[in-house]
Amino acid sequence: MRSDASKLGFYLLLAPILLWLVVLIILPHVGLFVVSISEKVGPREYQTGLGNYATFFGEPLYWRTFARTAIMSILATALTLILGFPIAYYIAKLSRGRTKTTLFLMCMIPFWVSELVRTFGWMILLRETGVISTGLQNLGLISGPIELLYNDAAIMVGLVYTSILFMVVPLVTTLDSLDDSLIEAGYDLGGTTVSIMREIVIPHAMPGIVSGCIVVFMLSLGNYLTPILLGGKDSLWFTGMIYTQFITRFNWELGSALGFLLLGLSSAIVFLGLKLSKQSLSNTMGRA
Amino acid sequence: MIPTIPQPAFVTWCYRAYVTVFFIYLALPLTVVCVFAFNNSVFPSPPWEGFTLAWFFGTEAPFIGVFNERSIMRSIGTSAFVALWVSGLAVTVGTCNAFLFVRHEFRGKALLYMLMLLPLIIPGVILGISILVFSSAIANTLEDATGLWFDGLRPGLILVILGQFSFITTFATLVISARLQKFDPSLEEAALNLGATKLGTVRQITLPFLMPAILASAIVSVLMSFENFNTTLMLVGSDSPLTITMFDKLKQGSTPVLNAVSLLLIVISAVLGLFSLFFPQRRG
Repeated sequence: MRSDASKLGFYLLLAPILLWLVVLIILPHVGLFVVSISEKVGPREYQTGLGNYATFFGEPLYWRTFARTAIMSILATALTLILGFPIAYYIAKLSRGRTKTTLFLMCMIPFWVSELVRTFGWMILLRETGVISTGLQNLGLISGPIELLYNDAAIMVGLVYTSILFMVVPLVTTLDSLDDSLIEAGYDLGGTTVSIMREIVIPHAMPGIVSGCIVVFMLSLGNYLTPILLGGKDSLWFTGMIYTQFITRFNWELGSALGFLLLGLSSAIVFLGLKLSKQSLSNTMGRA
Repeated sequence: MIPTIPQPAFVTWCYRAYVTVFFIYLALPLTVVCVFAFNNSVFPSPPWEGFTLAWFFGTEAPFIGVFNERSIMRSIGTSAFVALWVSGLAVTVGTCNAFLFVRHEFRGKALLYMLMLLPLIIPGVILGISILVFSSAIANTLEDATGLWFDGLRPGLILVILGQFSFITTFATLVISARLQKFDPSLEEAALNLGATKLGTVRQITLPFLMPAILASAIVSVLMSFENFNTTLMLVGSDSPLTITMFDKLKQGSTPVLNAVSLLLIVISAVLGLFSLFFPQRRG
């Protein structure tokens, strides 16, 4: 680091990362914010103001969709955690050797496949003429076709399916690092399964739980495909609104404001999650 | 609950049943997508009309197979073009970043590391619109100032590549850094002692050591680029990559040709994915 040559090397290494972060991440977001606080007053004439944000709070459709997206994302995160934890525990603690590798890989494969394909699969399963409806009719459980698609439950199934891998993988990693002898010691000292889970396993798995929850929440909040394809015409999702403002309505000012609100919400939740669990971003995400 | 501590048989049984149901839930959508690629019907839904390969090789309407459907073949080409660029750029910058973060101490390192992780927590749609807004602003300014056209800054493949690159680089950086951290610096010292130049050492000692991680991150980048939807949706111009084409077709009403494409995607991504997992270990 002292010689001129290595100093040059250092700056050569610094250049690409600065170029990447400044040009593609920082400046675009500053630009997005600037556009979000400009109001159109005439053709190609703008003035600075919070009008776009006022529109958001004044129009119930916008903030209700915002709240709905947030609540459904939280629900999807909670469901993913509840459904994924036993699976991660089974893979990390109750299976060995080849079974363990196979189960883990089986969890990973759907994650490599495009989200579009996964969503398409759910459409084939759930629609009125789909596999489940036809299957139930053949079994004689229902008399006519039923539509399982285009409702909030379908969105939830899709969201959980899309993001469960991001919950299971960090959980398996943290649970793997928990020594079995600690659990044995817990039983030796008279602990019950419930108390051992609460006092040994879950505290140990906390970093995995937090990073899983953060990733799943973000993926759900920013999801576009699943709500649009699995939800009905009335199942609004906030990313869909941003898309409409940008591409269909060409109202970039309002679209930017909506985008910034979504970014704000997702950052706030990430920050809150990290603070509550006393983790740092580098710790949680860096291990991904 | 660990193997050495016996549990009531009923509890164990319930647990196993849950795990089985879970894996069925995981496999179900992908299985039906694959199965209906071979159904001799114009709709990807029951009843089963018999086995056919027409959705792959068919030439007569309505049974036009994937390999003869021009819009799909063209968009696969577009996706491959984008993916190669994204992967090349992301791996190059990722390798530089790995050297920077592992080998150098400097003021603001922690801050820079955190900034490097930021793309992971920005929703893809926001990443897309921010780059769209910014590049259009630049294009407008430049066009007003010079009177020339700057089409590269308008929605199109260049923006798609930049948009995907902006977050895939973070993954490449993490994978390559993890490997570089395991490198034994005495190997480099030995090479330097034996009279190698600094650059020669990096090229002949360090880079070969990093190669498994570099290849793995290149494969993962190609996969992520191929299947990216959210960021691409906001930046796409007239040439649409595969996911966008499939989305448009899906909205119009689907035919089993989409199942056939999906089957190909599933097979290719599973193979590439497994490869990226096992490759780094083999030369560990």
